[in-house]
Amino acid sequence: MPLPESIIRPYRPADAERSDRSAGDRLRHREKVRESIRDNIADIIAEESIIGKSRDKVIKVPIRGIKEYRFVYGNNNPGAAQGDGDSEPGQVVQKGRGRQKGQPDKAGDKPGVDYYETDITLDELTQIMFEDLELPDLERKRMREIPAFRESKRKGYRQVGIRARLDKRRTVRARIKRKFARNARPEGTMGRQRFPFHDNDLTFRHVASDIRKESNAVVMCIMDTSGSMDTMKKYLARSFFFLLFQFICTKYRSVELVFIAHHTDAREVTEEEFFYKGESGGTFISSGYQKALDIIAERYHPSLWNVYAFHCSDGDNFESDNPTALKAAKEIAEVANLFGYGEIKPLGSRYYESSMLNIFRRLDADNFQTVLIERKEDVWPSFKAFLAKDRVSD
Amino acid sequence: MPDWELRDLEDWDARIRNVVEACGLSPFPQEFEICDSAQMLGYMAYSGMPSHYPHWSYGKAYEKLKTLYDHGVSGIPYEMVINSNPSLAYLMRDNSLCLQILTVAHVYGHNDFFRNNFTFQTTRPEFTISTFKAHAERVREYAEDPSIGLERIEPVLDAAHALSLQCRRNMAVRKLTREEQEQELLQTAKAPDDPFWKIHRRAEYAAPNLHRVPLMPDEDIVLFIAAHNPFMTTWERELLTIVHEDAQYFIPQIETKIMNEGWASFWHKRILDSLELPEKLHLEFLVRHNQVVRPTPGSINPYHLGLRLWEHIAGVAHVPPEEALNGGPPPIADPDALFQVREVDRDVSFIRRFLTEEIARELDLFRYAPKGEDLVISHVSNEEGWEQVKATLLANIGMGQIPVIKVVDADFGANRTLLLRHEHDGRDVDLESAEKTLTYVHRLWGRDAALETTVNGKRTLLTVSERGFSAKSLK
Repeated sequence: MPLPESIIRPYRPADAERSDRSAGDRLRHREKVRESIRDNIADIIAEESIIGKSRDKVIKVPIRGIKEYRFVYGNNNPGAAQGDGDSEPGQVVQKGRGRQKGQPDKAGDKPGVDYYETDITLDELTQIMFEDLELPDLERKRMREIPAFRESKRKGYRQVGIRARLDKRRTVRARIKRKFARNARPEGTMGRQRFPFHDNDLTFRHVASDIRKESNAVVMCIMDTSGSMDTMKKYLARSFFFLLFQFICTKYRSVELVFIAHHTDAREVTEEEFFYKGESGGTFISSGYQKALDIIAERYHPSLWNVYAFHCSDGDNFESDNPTALKAAKEIAEVANLFGYGEIKPLGSRYYESSMLNIFRRLDADNFQTVLIERKEDVWPSFKAFLAKDRVSD
Repeated sequence: MPDWELRDLEDWDARIRNVVEACGLSPFPQEFEICDSAQMLGYMAYSGMPSHYPHWSYGKAYEKLKTLYDHGVSGIPYEMVINSNPSLAYLMRDNSLCLQILTVAHVYGHNDFFRNNFTFQTTRPEFTISTFKAHAERVREYAEDPSIGLERIEPVLDAAHALSLQCRRNMAVRKLTREEQEQELLQTAKAPDDPFWKIHRRAEYAAPNLHRVPLMPDEDIVLFIAAHNPFMTTWERELLTIVHEDAQYFIPQIETKIMNEGWASFWHKRILDSLELPEKLHLEFLVRHNQVVRPTPGSINPYHLGLRLWEHIAGVAHVPPEEALNGGPPPIADPDALFQVREVDRDVSFIRRFLTEEIARELDLFRYAPKGEDLVISHVSNEEGWEQVKATLLANIGMGQIPVIKVVDADFGANRTLLLRHEHDGRDVDLESAEKTLTYVHRLWGRDAALETTVNGKRTLLTVSERGFSAKSLK
């Protein structure tokens, strides 16, 4: 019985162009990746490594829920493999228990090994993070509005312009119009007479930059840098301000930032110093607030500016300073749209150290808010709590 | 641009078919489809099927393949062939003529294997493509149904996918019906006939519990849940059945990877050696052939191992490709024996029967085991060690890569907990995956799910309930 003829179907390019069959599933996969990132942001930003990194740094983000789990054997089981001819007992096949067995030189490229991390730039990450957050209560204050240059916008057509903005469709139409206006008959009937483009036919899209006035806002970051703020506490405070800083940079173009570091004394510092320099000494929280009030009075009058103030401290203030601090806090609450106080108490230290939270409980202002940050996983929820506050009242 | 036209392919295909026939191979009718790399990646993501139901995991597979391909980490395989009747294979448009000839010959090898090996006898190849298509349409219908929608089918598919390979391994062994299971239990409970029954005390008779569900441990977890969860909707049950049936298609392929690739490589070599290729093509062929079947130190290349064993069975000396002469293939000592092995073996029996100490030593097979944080060679293929090496290899091929887990009780603790038992063979399951997979069981079962397994030598019960995951040691 002879074999039946085989059929060879020729290549049909149309299939590739018309039906990208996996497009839908890829889209769904990407959505899941994004979802997963959003769900795990608290963990991701709790990683020390991202704080203070530049915006285009690529970070590895673990993806949960995207891995396809099955019942599988663990990697502490024996296996068999082929050697290069002179294997001896005792030779190390693989250093460290990685995810891959018996693959000495190649990493992560074997089919069947599930990748469970994705690369993402810090910029993308902050975008996902801040998608649904906004500075609360941004009022339009009169005068001194800072013009914010928004994206350029299409605005009509011109006869001059740069080549890249040539509108071919309109150009051709202009030529045809001109041709009919010249009473020339359509091509074909009159032989192939050339009817070239004229400079007047060229039509360019006109682009105007859209100047939008944005309300002006200033964000005051006040951080306690006293001796009692140990590495962990400082790290938590910095994480918080780092988020705030990234957030402001991502969402607002014309927001000014003021950094104030205080111990018993307060100083206005640069962003660099704020995030990287440590100091020591006692704590007068009032000094930080006073400095903020001074700066507000001097440069950011509340009738013209939306003021946001955030303060992070471990709450270990000198007793004697507490009344002054409360008074200053009240003043800030009066002039600011939002005043947030984050108390950083790593787990365990909460019971034997003094806390400003009790003191600030006496401060009765709608726009004042306190949160307690006990561990790094709290940073993101408390950050969200701050910014979500006034959205409810809108 | 490729150095061939469709007519060249047709000519070569006809010549190859003549050789295939002369060799005594009996494949299904064959269809080839020429596609570009994007189409090929698309087919690969959906396991070669022209139509397949949608699920994000295939999108993920595509992205991964594409990334690896774009970065040159992995190439696209020369061929992709699916077990159907007629068999369907894809040829890459950009491949050279030599590669096309090699691929076509290789495809006939697979095709012949699909048609004749016993593990594929239950796959109903006439319906492969149409079944996948029907499944795809059904799932799409559910996705478009306003009362169901993609958001509701996705969690079910996710869970079913996680369990789809927890099914019967040997299709040749029939699954007993409930009545047959009852009969068997009654039989085994009865004491054997005793010729001295008059002087012996009568053996205790323990009546088997015939109300148990399942009566005997059941390996088809997905099907079991579909049949025994009364709160499942029809469409959920249907989805489980679809995933189960689609997974069935892959079981024989998993079970015969080494034999199948070895068989196809063995025949493409013989076929091309008989074709009297022009020298230029033949040299390219040798290079390509070598790339495919060369050993990969540190792992097992199924092409290499399979080919070596088939050569051994056929009684043809193993000739390193670079020394091969262009003088036609050496004759096979006993073709009937060869064809018989192709029919009745799967990877495990194939290797058990034909991997000798000599071959193991020649291939430098070794066994490694964890030692501290490293993986260290524990045995090599010498007189003392090679049997250990072989035993470890046997445990890790085919469905041996997947833990045997069976449903043993649907009413564990008298509270409808689904109890699964891992038949521990010295290898522990990965706990993180076990936890996640058990969560999927819980999702489908609707009540608590438990897995009895051994962790570091201790019997352990892993449980997933409403309250989450817990693990406790058993006495």
